[in-house]
Amino acid sequence: MPLPANPAELTLADARDALRARAISSVELTRTFLSAIEGARGLNAFITETPERALAMAEDADARLANGDGRPLEGVPLAIKDLFCTRGVRTTAGSRILDNFVPPYESTVTQNLWNAGAVMLGKTNLDEFAMGSSNETSFYKSAINPWRAKGSNQDLVPGGSSGGSAAAVSAHLCLAATGTDTGGSIRQPAAVTGIVGLKPTYGRCSRWGIVAFASSLDQAGPMTRTVRDAAIMLQQMASVDAKDSTSVDVPVPDYEAGIDAGVKGLRIGIPKEYRIDGAPPEINALWAKGAEWLKAQGAEIVEVSLPHTKYALPAYYIVAPAEASSNLARYDGVRYGHRASNASDIIDLYEKSRAEGFGAEVQRRVLIGTYVLSAGYYDAYYTRAQKIRTLIAQDFARAFEQCDALLTPATPGPAFAIGEKSNDPVSMYLNDVFTVTVNLAGLPGISVPAGLTADGLPLGLQIIGKAFDEATVLRTGHAIEQAAGFTARPAMWWAS
Amino acid sequence: MSVDKDTVRRIAKLARIALEEERVEPMVQELNGILAWVEQLEEVDVEGVAPLTSVVAQKLKMRDDVVTDGGDADAVTANAPLGEDHFFVVPKVVE
Repeated sequence: MPLPANPAELTLADARDALRARAISSVELTRTFLSAIEGARGLNAFITETPERALAMAEDADARLANGDGRPLEGVPLAIKDLFCTRGVRTTAGSRILDNFVPPYESTVTQNLWNAGAVMLGKTNLDEFAMGSSNETSFYKSAINPWRAKGSNQDLVPGGSSGGSAAAVSAHLCLAATGTDTGGSIRQPAAVTGIVGLKPTYGRCSRWGIVAFASSLDQAGPMTRTVRDAAIMLQQMASVDAKDSTSVDVPVPDYEAGIDAGVKGLRIGIPKEYRIDGAPPEINALWAKGAEWLKAQGAEIVEVSLPHTKYALPAYYIVAPAEASSNLARYDGVRYGHRASNASDIIDLYEKSRAEGFGAEVQRRVLIGTYVLSAGYYDAYYTRAQKIRTLIAQDFARAFEQCDALLTPATPGPAFAIGEKSNDPVSMYLNDVFTVTVNLAGLPGISVPAGLTADGLPLGLQIIGKAFDEATVLRTGHAIEQAAGFTARPAMWWAS
Repeated sequence: MSVDKDTVRRIAKLARIALEEERVEPMVQELNGILAWVEQLEEVDVEGVAPLTSVVAQKLKMRDDVVTDGGDADAVTANAPLGEDHFFVVPKVVE
């Protein structure tokens, strides 16, 4: 395969093969991305760049490749969401309260990637503690979407919370990135930046060393430019881990080998409740097209019902803040993180450190969470939401008696302008209406770029699978990818 | 259900977040906006439904009750905003 003039154009799969064939060195590839990152600072995709570490890792990789003992991702440069703790490299979670935090340990997922030979380019921007759908709640200001509407110079959000990772992958600043998804934080930004985002089954990847938001929902996954690259990344990210008691000991199949199997004979469910009022007609049109594509490749399309869909988002906004209020209790200004000055006593120290260290959305969610867990309200809110979660999981179980995977839109619309939705929490929350059900039921889901709006902005389609059936999700996503032939690219207005 | 200013002050206290007086009323509005929206959950009949406690059908794993880590006070206290001789320093808590 001839190398493109600019190696940043390579997919992860092709770069891996070129590295193995010694057609390119990891140092060369890493330098290409480091210079692209430097030239794209206007996108604010990275909170911390780690060029020295990247080049040191690349040199090690080249030495291994020269010896012919390259590992599966040897020399592959990646960006890491700044929610994964990285030993000796500042990890902020997008929050002032962790602005100076340097973890003395490494998250399991990133350790798995380094053990596979990958190279770290830096840590990407995100909504504070992953709480947001636009990246605007980041203490480090929002990352910017590489895409702009046709004929417009207006900056758009990259989605969230993994907005920096999405922008970095979309703008070819890395071969792939890690994300985390609690209510849609991988799939929604992937959809609005024209890339692939995969949220695996809860328990597929270890949560150890990932700054916790809502522990029963959080799950790490890959953000890539192709479905094949997502398969390659997940293969290395997934593991059972003694340090995360909720990680599951299920064999990790060869995901990449399975993606070409096609969809012939698969039954694909179309959940009628995902046809929502007020969705732009383009969304429903693309969805119908997606069903046609799969049908043309031999899949059987069946209508299914997920009757409790409309209750997923409000249930999420009880469960997630409740868990967050508990998880974020650890930030006390004593052991690590921001500490207020001039505190009169220990309680004052806690209250001031947390008021200064947490941004507005995080404070709002911690207060909501504290309220719904407080005496007298626990059953009315929290227990009821957990019962509704059972009903949502049962909806999926019933639907999967009739089909192998589900096809839905990924988002209710394309990327929106910075500031457009930030004054109304509930309208911001609605961005996750199609993704959040999957987290509540612990299922895998992928967003695949499938088309453009009339304004030239990317839209995604989502495939939802059965628990631990990422193989079918990837295979169906690959079929959508091939039929969509999505090759559109944003104009490189940011490049300096 | 909705919250008033006293409730917001009380939950801010429970959450250990200092809330300036001028932020109490706006916070009442914001929280009530969210609570009004989640109220639709009351339409759902949850009679006899068990709350979901784990999305993955597995028994919580047990491990041997042995020390697996530790003995690294330098690393543990490295990020402390204020520390001394491997202790975390806080304002006086006993009069």
